[in-house]
Amino acid sequence: MSSTFAIILTGILVAAACASLGCFLILRRMAMLADAISHAILPGLVAGYFIAQGPSLLAGFFGAALAGLITVGLVELLKNTQRVGGESAIGIVFPAMFALGTFLVSKYYADVHLDADAVLYGNIEFVGFDHWYLGETDLGPQSLWIMGGLCLINFIFITVFYKELKLATFDAGLAATLGFSPILIHYGLMAVVSITTVGAFTAVGAILVVALMIVPAATAYLLTDRLPWMIGLAIGAGAIAAVLGFGLAFMLNGSVAGAIATITGVEFGLALLFSPKQGLVARARRLARQRIQFAADTLLVHLLQHEGSPEAANESTISHLQSELQWNNKFAQRVLDLAQRRSLVRCQGQQLELTTSGRERSQQVLQLGRA
Amino acid sequence: MNTDAKPLAIHDLTVAYQDKPVLWDIDLSVPSGVLAAIVGPNGAGKSTLIKATLGLMPIAAGTIQMFGQTYAKARQMVGYVPQRSSVDWDFPTNALDVVLMGTYGQLGWIKRPSKADREWALHCLEQVAMADFAQRQISQLSGGQQQRVFLARALAQRAQLYLMDEPFVGVDAVTERAIISLLQQLRSDGKTVICVHHDLDSAPEYFDWVALLNVRMIAAGPMKTTWTPENISQTYGGRTQNLIRGAA
Amino acid sequence: MSLFDLFSDYTLRNVALGAMVLGIVSGILGCFAVLRRQGLLGDALSHAALPGIAIAYLLTGSKAPIVLLLGAGIAGWVGTLTINRIVRDTRISEDSALGIVLSVFFGVGILLLTYIAKRNDANQAGLDRFLFGQAATLVATDVLTMSILGGLALGCLVLLYKEFKLLAFDPAFAASLGFAPNRLGILLTSLIVVAIVIGLQTVGVVLMAAMLVGPAVAARQWTHRLSVMLLLSGVFGAAAGIAGTMLSLGQQHVPTGPMIILSLTAIVAISLLFAPARGLVWAKLRQSHALNHEPRNREAQPVKGE
Repeated sequence: MSSTFAIILTGILVAAACASLGCFLILRRMAMLADAISHAILPGLVAGYFIAQGPSLLAGFFGAALAGLITVGLVELLKNTQRVGGESAIGIVFPAMFALGTFLVSKYYADVHLDADAVLYGNIEFVGFDHWYLGETDLGPQSLWIMGGLCLINFIFITVFYKELKLATFDAGLAATLGFSPILIHYGLMAVVSITTVGAFTAVGAILVVALMIVPAATAYLLTDRLPWMIGLAIGAGAIAAVLGFGLAFMLNGSVAGAIATITGVEFGLALLFSPKQGLVARARRLARQRIQFAADTLLVHLLQHEGSPEAANESTISHLQSELQWNNKFAQRVLDLAQRRSLVRCQGQQLELTTSGRERSQQVLQLGRA
Repeated sequence: MNTDAKPLAIHDLTVAYQDKPVLWDIDLSVPSGVLAAIVGPNGAGKSTLIKATLGLMPIAAGTIQMFGQTYAKARQMVGYVPQRSSVDWDFPTNALDVVLMGTYGQLGWIKRPSKADREWALHCLEQVAMADFAQRQISQLSGGQQQRVFLARALAQRAQLYLMDEPFVGVDAVTERAIISLLQQLRSDGKTVICVHHDLDSAPEYFDWVALLNVRMIAAGPMKTTWTPENISQTYGGRTQNLIRGAA
Repeated sequence: MSLFDLFSDYTLRNVALGAMVLGIVSGILGCFAVLRRQGLLGDALSHAALPGIAIAYLLTGSKAPIVLLLGAGIAGWVGTLTINRIVRDTRISEDSALGIVLSVFFGVGILLLTYIAKRNDANQAGLDRFLFGQAATLVATDVLTMSILGGLALGCLVLLYKEFKLLAFDPAFAASLGFAPNRLGILLTSLIVVAIVIGLQTVGVVLMAAMLVGPAVAARQWTHRLSVMLLLSGVFGAAAGIAGTMLSLGQQHVPTGPMIILSLTAIVAISLLFAPARGLVWAKLRQSHALNHEPRNREAQPVKGE
């Protein structure tokens, strides 16, 4: 297997493992908690190596996962004291954990292959070199096995607990009354996030883990309203970012992790601008269209309110729209055109009056507006 | 200042929140020296009306004038009491300091409150019987006491017109009586007070002027002539007729 | 290592002074971020500043602190506006928007820095010090730059103290008085970006979040007055800066940034546990006391929320 292929495949597997979990993190508003975990596992990793007396994979895994859970627990603890806001709690805990990790690394592992840069943006470039062997047989790159295994774990976790996750995400209260402990689901999700982060960050570093967890899921959230589609789209967006990011890094001779994060950002930017329903362009068009329709309704309601009253003659003139509703000439004319085209309003010289369908429409509008 | 002008005159006001209309073609003209209630069901747009009046929400159509001027010009004559739940009461400050914020509008940018401003703020606290709590951290106050601090802050604004958003929510009976006698005091001093109010029972007892609102203005005028079963049932969609006592 | 060494040795003095200036500025400005429940905004913006440093270098070829910090400031500001836009115009939550800006901007920064590093450009060495900060490399002009920037930011805060207090406590009331809370908010965030820019060289992007949040949270426990909280927060920040410098320079291989953060964490922990009125230890003692004795007068209990 060529090392290029191994790098790209690892990237795709990391993307799939992260993006699927990310959907739940986005919906549960825990993006920054995932960021905190990704930094806070460093001391756990070091402690694991310390206990195993060497860079042991398994010990590192356990230490880091434990550190992730401790972080989540500490944040909850601080929040529950009522002395600290939730976001400040995160802002205190994870830098402390990361600083502790950096301190331990620099103090005891200054010569070992574990430098803080690698923690932040990983070494995906080298994943082709570390192979696993069973006896004499070459099993292929180690990171492929790790990320493949994590993908499988996450896939199983989401499939088995799909109903519970969905319920706890959208209606924690209902989940609790139905007997699914939201706390258990919370910590379960955080445990999976922690081990995914550990597995992924040796390959791509803490920041890319966060980018791949949050950004593709947010992109998917702008594109669809259905959770299964969102998960699928997020994985797709992450995988595409992995492939294109590798190409970009190759072109610029820069960091693959940084390039993949950049591409996830480009994808998000495109969705932000051009998503058919949620995009900024579609939104601006919809608002402009609604503004004129809404203005027409305002005109109908205005005419209805004053219909038959003594001041009606004065309130229903075209010039009144400009002076009292504060519409400029052009806008008032556009509104009037729309109302007349739909034969909701009749013009009698300077006087405006409702047609029968205009009266019905305005009464309808008032009913709908009511809470 | 045009002394003939109404404290508040709203004409053809329409307000939309993003793309959802909340208030339709509101006409409202409140005379000077009344204690007015804005009454209506949940979601009728009562708070929105206050917020639009104070320029806290963009308006889609219509005009709002206070004392014959736009709000930007009449600002100094208007006092505002937001809902108590709209702020974090764990903020590191004491009651006197909150009341002092009422003077900030007249001070303008950068200038700091003087000793005279402090004395004035203390005087305003006295008027709501909270002078003893001037140095008390605000999270240590009860809900009713917090509400009184908010009222004192509005008094510190030295306004002619007061807009209050649900001043009676979550307060104890003592505070409720204290607030209503304060409002009556303001009225007899010639000020105008407009409150968002949701309790139908106490409305006719506390207020002498009423605006019945449900997305559009149903009726507005003196309590005696406006507080009729027809108007109320029209405001509440006929659902709560049996809840209403004291309707004319 | 003693306090005397710290101020007699030229290098040490610069490091300690730099860390102290950072502690004061970020401590004071951080109070407003914490009170406005924007504790993590600083984290997102410090990461967002990284590509600004790389782009500033690519455009000018200069490594002058002021050029790089200007780039960082502009990038941080673009990050702020992006977050605001995402939160205002989409259904994506603020928490997610922070995470998106943080990771994407940082990714772009890493991509550009590694690109620069591999161009065989001998001049570029040292740009990566902004990642973790290298307080040990601070020289007198750096400290001067930091002091001027920080002084300007704090001057602005003193001038608009009344307005910022009102904004943090009751933005709607501020708006009703005509104090344009949106613009005030952007100004306040810009001042926080200045604090971040000051901190990048000393503690780096990752740990900057703690410099804004930590001193403020610690100071809040000791006082009920905003002015006292601001002063205490500045003092705590400065103390953490000096303590971190002393702890790190006494031994080999130990970087200053993490030691500053660990000192700060100790201050936060002590404050949360032992501060007179709000300390958790006293609360716990009071609780067990109340359980053992008659229920106390309820009037004295704080009443929160509705």
